[in-house]
Amino acid sequence: MARRRARAGSFEPVRGGGAAIALDEVEISILRSLTVQLMELIGPGEQPADADQDPLAQLFAEGPSKPPDDPALARLFPDAYEGSADASEFRRFTENDLRARKREDALAVVRGLDAGGPVLKLTPDEARQWLGTLNDLRLTLGTRLEVTEDDGDGLYRLPDSDPRKPLVMAYLWLGGLQESLVETLLG
Amino acid sequence: MGDVTVAPTEIERPESSEAPFEVPEPDVPWVTLVHNDPVNLMSYVTYVFQAYFGYSKSKATKLMKDVHYKGRAVVSSGSREEMERDVQAMHGYGLWATLSQDR
Repeated sequence: MARRRARAGSFEPVRGGGAAIALDEVEISILRSLTVQLMELIGPGEQPADADQDPLAQLFAEGPSKPPDDPALARLFPDAYEGSADASEFRRFTENDLRARKREDALAVVRGLDAGGPVLKLTPDEARQWLGTLNDLRLTLGTRLEVTEDDGDGLYRLPDSDPRKPLVMAYLWLGGLQESLVETLLG
Repeated sequence: MGDVTVAPTEIERPESSEAPFEVPEPDVPWVTLVHNDPVNLMSYVTYVFQAYFGYSKSKATKLMKDVHYKGRAVVSSGSREEMERDVQAMHGYGLWATLSQDR
């Protein structure tokens, strides 16, 4: 697990529950772009080639039985069992629901950002959706950056010329945001 | 999942003299394991254990430290169905969790 490394714009508790944060236009734009990319990554999931649009058929449609090939997606949707047969079975009946929920959370973040700054106010439910999406974003970026526990690759001390630098900065910034939201919700 | 479950069709098995199926001991509980990973924040993992399981701050913190320092920890136990629900919830929170039978 990771310890907090940087303090960024912080969430504050608001009366009656929920959280508020002041973000400037650049921060809103970065967070929105990352969240939209996350939604594109999560996508609707793999659809069978002959998927019809009958809502009842969709209700009974089974999800995938194998973990996603993309490492970040595989981290977002891990195996529930160490044995592959049980893991496949579980995945078929759960992964689509999980994808839908993560998409809904991300969509709530985009809507909140589009409501405009400089101070964004979140209800308790919205705050929990933001928390989930901030974590999904960090899992995705962390997987892309191949973050390790002891930072053996020196990701946090990269020279400005390193192409990974902007992603690392975003990763650390999101960590600060998430940390302050956790503190706010536990407050 | 919602209220709809899509269970495989039950197949009536004829009586036979073949060796019976091996069924897992029903009284052996299943457990939910949470595994360490380098991304999840320690504070967030503690928060999840408090928010989802309703554990006290001290119990949630101890479990978080077990995950962090021992690599994994048992965070709940019960029937297989209950543990599948817990694992699915942990995946929803972005924690790396599996279930297994506690032998």
